[in-house]
Amino acid sequence: MSFLVGENIFGGYGGADILHGCTVSVEKGEIAVIVGPNGAGKSTAMKALLGMLTVREGAVRLNGNDITHLSPQDRVSEGMAFVPQTNNVFAGMTVQENLEMGAYLRRDDITETMEQIYSLFPILGEKRRQMAGELSGGQRQQVAVGRALMTKPSVLMLDEPTAGVSPIVMDELFDRILEVRATGIAVLMVEQNARQALEIADRGYVLVQGENKYTDTGAALLADPDVRKSFLGG
Amino acid sequence: MTDLLNALVLMLNFVIIPATSYGAQLALGALGVTLVYGILRFGNFAHGDTMAFGTMFTIFFTWLFQGLGLSLGVLPTALLALPFGIGVTALYAISIDRLVYRHYRVKRSAPVILTIASVGVMFVTNSVVRFLIGTNEQRFSDGQKFIIKARDFKEWSGLSEGMKLKTTEALTVVVAGIAVAALFWFLQRTRMGKAMRAYSDNEDLALLSGINPERVVMVTWIITAALATLAGVLFGLDKSFKPFTYFQLLLPIFAAAILGGVGNPLGAIAGGFVVAFSEVMVTYPYKKFLKYVMPENLEPSGLMQLLTVDYKFAVSFIILVAVLLIKPTGLFSGKVIRA
Repeated sequence: MSFLVGENIFGGYGGADILHGCTVSVEKGEIAVIVGPNGAGKSTAMKALLGMLTVREGAVRLNGNDITHLSPQDRVSEGMAFVPQTNNVFAGMTVQENLEMGAYLRRDDITETMEQIYSLFPILGEKRRQMAGELSGGQRQQVAVGRALMTKPSVLMLDEPTAGVSPIVMDELFDRILEVRATGIAVLMVEQNARQALEIADRGYVLVQGENKYTDTGAALLADPDVRKSFLGG
Repeated sequence: MTDLLNALVLMLNFVIIPATSYGAQLALGALGVTLVYGILRFGNFAHGDTMAFGTMFTIFFTWLFQGLGLSLGVLPTALLALPFGIGVTALYAISIDRLVYRHYRVKRSAPVILTIASVGVMFVTNSVVRFLIGTNEQRFSDGQKFIIKARDFKEWSGLSEGMKLKTTEALTVVVAGIAVAALFWFLQRTRMGKAMRAYSDNEDLALLSGINPERVVMVTWIITAALATLAGVLFGLDKSFKPFTYFQLLLPIFAAAILGGVGNPLGAIAGGFVVAFSEVMVTYPYKKFLKYVMPENLEPSGLMQLLTVDYKFAVSFIILVAVLLIKPTGLFSGKVIRA
């Protein structure tokens, strides 16, 4: 039984189904990556796990508990953290305030968690008094991930964290995500940069038209000639 | 030299002091409008009448306290009644939100629909106020009227021009200053204040962070009611209370909020003062002032008044139109009002 699992999900945003029996799961201390062509339902699959769309059939379980009918907010307080692809920081607030807002639900002392995030992303410590909207794209993504980590989540979900950042920044972000995994958090990512993402993935899902096409370890998918030919450009 | 001093005192007495207290009243009003726009995302046309509603209840409590023989000595009794007026207005604002605005918020209606709904709330509130207190003018200022009397100033300075400072003018500036400082402290330092800014900044991310939107909305209405009542009572003490005047105040208040950049609290304050000074300076007759500063025999024969006081609303209108045409984000780059 996986820590977080969305099993055999059918559903969409109210109209026709986008997901047709899609299954995605992730263990603690593991990185799972969802890749696939445009319109395959990658982000939709992640949003199904977060409760942001109508799941018509199938179930979402966190740590063995059925959470299929919980609201996204309730899932956040159950330990799920989500970093949206866009608009993922409070642009008019300082870096530190962004982190404080991430910990809004916590009533205990958050200074320790904040220090951990500053040591994970040293640049944020330097810029803690600066507005998040004034930072570069890569730094904003770090703020976004930092904000999500403030709840001390057990699952971190990232929707295309490297969209629109330079290759150097992308490598750095992936390094940080590996560090996050090392703390025992389950990490689930949707990625456009499939090859690089699969390189750090313990588990990879290739979705096509809302269905699982290939499921294997990241390394095995990278080695699979079919996957290489269809999705990784040879 | 004496002429220059006389000219200066003249300006202080008829332009700078009145415009400063009027500016502080507009600033408080504009802060309420900007707060609702920033957090609830609609232009609240009912704000002027919310001010009237709050002032009306403050007047009721003032009458009650006066009847009971309570007073603050040199200060107006209305100050004592103010917290009660704010309380009733906050309850009213929250009830209106439950009855009207929440429906559209849950449906995620376009801001223009909420704005039109607020026009309805404006008419209802307006009628409630007229029904309860009547349409006549009410003067409810008591205590000591002047801090500096014009005649005392003349005797003290030996100038031919007098300068007066009304208690209500000084009170307006002091109370507005305290209220603004408290508001900024709340928004910058407290957990709830930061949550309100976060909700205004990025609603979806605020929800993902576990911020309870209904709490944010409720606190916003309480603060808005407090600001509206404060602005209304200070205006009423300084001038007088009349429901129709408060309805008309909506225009300069919107002009101030938009001029400063709607959604930006600092901008609302600056906007309030700019509108107030423009209104007073454009409608002030400069004849006497010029008589002091110009050489003899060159004094103007006319009043040297750009617009009569009847046209003072034209000033707000011109500012409003000019800002929307030239710089819709306002002086301090607020949000652009979108339908």
